[in-house]
Amino acid sequence: MTIKGKAYIAGAYEHPTRKAPDKSVAQLHAECARGAILDAGLSKSDVDGYFCAGDAPGLGPMSMVEYMGLKVRHVDSTDTGGSSYLVHVAHAAEAIALGKCNVALITLAGRPRSEGSSGTQPRSYGANAPDMAFEFPYGMATANGYGMVAMRHMHEYGTTAEQLAWVKVAASHHAQHNEHAMLREVVTVEDVINSPLIADPLHRLDCCVVSDGGGALIVTRPEIARSLKRPLVKIIGAGESPKGQMGGKVDLTYSGAATSGPIAFAEAGVKPADIQYASIYDSFTITVIMQIEDLGFCRKGEGGRFVADGNLISGVGKLPFNTDGGGLCNNHPANRGGMTKVIEAVRQLRGEAHPKVQVPNCRLALAHGTGGQLGSRHVGATLILERE
Amino acid sequence: MTTQERAIPAPAPNPENQPYFDACARDTLLVGKCDACGEYHFYPRRICPHCLSDQVQWVAARGTGTIYTYSTMHRGVPVPYTIAYVTLDEGVSMMTNIVGFAPGTLRIGQKVRVQFRATEGGIKVPVFAPA
Ligand SMILES: [Zn+2]
Repeated sequence: MTIKGKAYIAGAYEHPTRKAPDKSVAQLHAECARGAILDAGLSKSDVDGYFCAGDAPGLGPMSMVEYMGLKVRHVDSTDTGGSSYLVHVAHAAEAIALGKCNVALITLAGRPRSEGSSGTQPRSYGANAPDMAFEFPYGMATANGYGMVAMRHMHEYGTTAEQLAWVKVAASHHAQHNEHAMLREVVTVEDVINSPLIADPLHRLDCCVVSDGGGALIVTRPEIARSLKRPLVKIIGAGESPKGQMGGKVDLTYSGAATSGPIAFAEAGVKPADIQYASIYDSFTITVIMQIEDLGFCRKGEGGRFVADGNLISGVGKLPFNTDGGGLCNNHPANRGGMTKVIEAVRQLRGEAHPKVQVPNCRLALAHGTGGQLGSRHVGATLILERE
Repeated sequence: MTTQERAIPAPAPNPENQPYFDACARDTLLVGKCDACGEYHFYPRRICPHCLSDQVQWVAARGTGTIYTYSTMHRGVPVPYTIAYVTLDEGVSMMTNIVGFAPGTLRIGQKVRVQFRATEGGIKVPVFAPA
């Protein structure tokens, strides 16, 4: 059994807002849903499957299916943090292959910017989270968790602050062309390493933005996708892999991508060298370097050298990435970057990315998400998509 | 010690991990050890994460180890503080804070020793300082 070729991404929509103080989270989800349904050329009554994660308000699918007045026969609220939406695409393909639904809607939305969220504040998941009592007192936030990963990577492999900075430089080169991006100014390596130190070795410009917003996707079966007027984006491979502290055998030198990537490539029957465009989760610059290594775009430890000198810039380097500006420059709605990773990969395969960053004749793309914390526990999820 | 120390937020123990914090009150660091597979684990639980046996014991650690990695939070907080993973001599790594060092002097691989600090709720937790 495989999902290869069993389902297509027929609709994709990214909410243009980056700050939404006057909207509710449910409203943002619904606006994204409407956008994706319209983009596909479908109507609300066609949707018979609904997928959402922990950002959905209330009791997830129960609350949101009712809010949007959907009539569905399949729901899935798998929550793997920011990688949830890549997992949802794969699970939607599985459900479609099994006949459980025909048109799956996936939504993400949130207002962390309006609500004052920050990557320097520890998040509490309550006393029942088994790790909480052993971590919360120490001030494990987002930035310092990734800081610890970057510190170890530098120690093991000689990765430098300048190499980390190149990831942000590449993202900024793309964001300058995105009218919705929060940060459109092109920055240099010096700008990044001269920005204030947040959690060493990570500087302010090594960190993603905090933004409101959201996005949505429509996944459907081949016959329906072919009946629509949109370019055909076929799902050909997927993998998902949780990774944590392994009972105390902590190893921060690799991520879940080391498992999810090979699973996805094997299912798709393609190699990293075949990929023309990659959406790579970019909560921090180190996240990108780690995943590029683990996905096999270079050898372990060589990610710093791989990303240097503009190698991620579309039209310049070997691996064009995050051509919307990514989480580092464009947006990071609900503090979850997986949805926008899929959306930009779909734009590239449709030929609908900004002309300045469009990869010519893009046939094969990868999207990868890391949900949770590289520094403690996370779920890596990989998708491989093909233009038919 | 050259800088002011951050106030440590209190943990919220649950019935499973209460003995760990009871031991912290006596300045003792406990780790989990499994009688079935012989492996240590951290954070400690009553079911072994390596083999799912319930034949697990609380074992007092020596309290010494080395820094696996660390990061000092400089911005957005009232007082800078340093989070770390310390690999204990028993072989397991635990998240903690490093205290009692001069800025710029920490390094990965450095030997450290446990101390216990009262949190804002009074419950003590282990932190580490250069040995
Ligand atoms: Zn065991």
